[in-house]
Amino acid sequence: MFHRESGVFKTSYAADMALYPLPIAKWAVAAFAGLFIVVVPLTLGEYYVSILDLILIAVVGALGLNILVGYTGQISIGHGAFMSVGAYTAANLVTRLDAPFWVAIPAGGLMAALIGAVVGIPSLRIKGIYLAIATLAAQLIIEWTINHVPAISGGVQASIQVPRPSFFGIQLKTQTQLYMFLMAFAVLAIVGTSNLVRSRIGRAFVAVRDQDIAAEIIGISTFRYKLLAFAISSFYAGVTGVLYTYYLGIANYEQFQITVSIDYLAMIIIGGLGSILGSIFGAAFVTLLPIVTRWFLESFGGLIFSPADLANIIPNLRLILFGGLIIFFLVVEPEGLNRLWRNIRNYFRVWPFSY
Amino acid sequence: MPEFEWQFTLVLLTNGVMIGLMYALIALGFVLIYKATDAINFAQGEFVMFAGFIAAGAADLAGAPFWVSALLSVSGMVLLGFGLERVVLRPLIGRPVIAVVMATIGLAAVLRGTATLAFGAGTRAIVMPISDEPIQLGPVMLPPVQLIGAVVSIAFLAAFSWFFLKSRIGIAMRAVADSQQVAMAMGIDVRRYFALAWAMAGAVSALGGVVWGTMLGVDNQLALVGLKVFPVVILGGLDSIVGAVVGGLIVGIVENLAAGYLDPYVGGGTKDFAPYILMIVALMIRPEGIFGRRRIERV
Repeated sequence: MFHRESGVFKTSYAADMALYPLPIAKWAVAAFAGLFIVVVPLTLGEYYVSILDLILIAVVGALGLNILVGYTGQISIGHGAFMSVGAYTAANLVTRLDAPFWVAIPAGGLMAALIGAVVGIPSLRIKGIYLAIATLAAQLIIEWTINHVPAISGGVQASIQVPRPSFFGIQLKTQTQLYMFLMAFAVLAIVGTSNLVRSRIGRAFVAVRDQDIAAEIIGISTFRYKLLAFAISSFYAGVTGVLYTYYLGIANYEQFQITVSIDYLAMIIIGGLGSILGSIFGAAFVTLLPIVTRWFLESFGGLIFSPADLANIIPNLRLILFGGLIIFFLVVEPEGLNRLWRNIRNYFRVWPFSY
Repeated sequence: MPEFEWQFTLVLLTNGVMIGLMYALIALGFVLIYKATDAINFAQGEFVMFAGFIAAGAADLAGAPFWVSALLSVSGMVLLGFGLERVVLRPLIGRPVIAVVMATIGLAAVLRGTATLAFGAGTRAIVMPISDEPIQLGPVMLPPVQLIGAVVSIAFLAAFSWFFLKSRIGIAMRAVADSQQVAMAMGIDVRRYFALAWAMAGAVSALGGVVWGTMLGVDNQLALVGLKVFPVVILGGLDSIVGAVVGGLIVGIVENLAAGYLDPYVGGGTKDFAPYILMIVALMIRPEGIFGRRRIERV
């Protein structure tokens, strides 16, 4: 994170791969953790904490998708559907068997991982755009199935009420309590992903992404790792779906339609493919974009436009900004916000003696 | 089980063929771009919607007659195609597939937002100067709009088949698609043909937009026909014009038969669902489609 690097002499491979290259990095991370875990929830109001909750949920999903797209190079336009698989699995467990969250969340994740791996099977034969279209088909088929099978969707309007999770009999009520709950999962996801990508599995993922035939030749089972990437990524998606269901208090397939898949793809494109910090940036950016657009137009748009016009302008402007930013980042800065952040950091690394 | 009635089946089949030819028209724009530039266009449905909005907007707001508004739509979409290729697609040449996929998805969002912002959210109508009376052929009723759509599709498909096989520009485009480097070495201006391909796709989409807009009315739901393009092109083969027609016919017929015979049991929606099942099967068995060219991959 933030640190100057004078006097660093790495002499071993392990030192180079360490999560904390310097002791100060540990302190910087600890300071950030303190800020977000202690200071932020105590100072911000309920509304702002609820926005942070959304970001934390998105961080988990974006990290998962980045494992698949950014690290393994497989495309999925079906992540919204994998989230709905997790959400409905958990909702059914909670309402029918009264399952606690520590059963519902892993169960949702595992179910999504299973479905995700099945969807990933064609990745053996097809790649690129064909895979993109196949996952798009999976999105539509899963959506249709959930909507049309009452045993899964609970009948009327395909939505199931889910109570908030509770700890030792105490139910999480305020947004701040929920924030702490979600933070635990976001931290788990961040740490889990950072360790995954520097493990043997993570290296294999990157090899498959860079040139899958070459990877196969040096002894990486392409099919196995592609499926593994699909399963891990869908596990994250399933957990995201369960967390979002807890946040909303309801499991509803409309919350997991294709636009959600696209939102998550936008997060990792805007944040930076194959980057953990980028996934976090992207999740925050894409979650905040509609909120900030709406806030800005509602505060200042009234000066120029009538309220009726505004109601038309806000959602459409959101779409235009959203699409425009995806294109902008793809064309101008393919490595996303993460790259911008690195540029800033590199500038200050030797500041003020840059020569 | 509804009793098997040949009349009912015949009606479903004819409707399927008609709708299928109209799907083929939209799929054609998609195939054109893939054939010439190796890019896939996830915004094909939005192209059609945008074209429909231009035609309907010209007629509604300026009172232009049908032919003028259709012409406006075609020229508008040609310009849009040129512009988009220049600004969005050209910088992405040589980049990974996901970049192009995401760029066209972003494009879809922008087009949808812009169209609704400019023309409003309400449904607009395009009125063709022909009668609404369906033509009766035995037990089958054919709306004239669908008939015109089918004729336009067939005409365009024939024209493009000729274009790619015989004309100098078409052959150059195929060369570009085959290998950009070799084409460049042979003195073909690759970028010019990329721009041309997008412009042609724009023109085809404009016709699709006018025909579909007349049938369904123009609002942002019109973009959803774009979702049908994928089963069509996967079944037919991504780079085959004949494939677009055959794929369109298969999808049209399958979805009509499914809607006619399965909907009563599962509570509707099979129409949007059956083509995708078929597509998954096709991807498993023969990913390159019925008429597509198998590509050999080299390290």
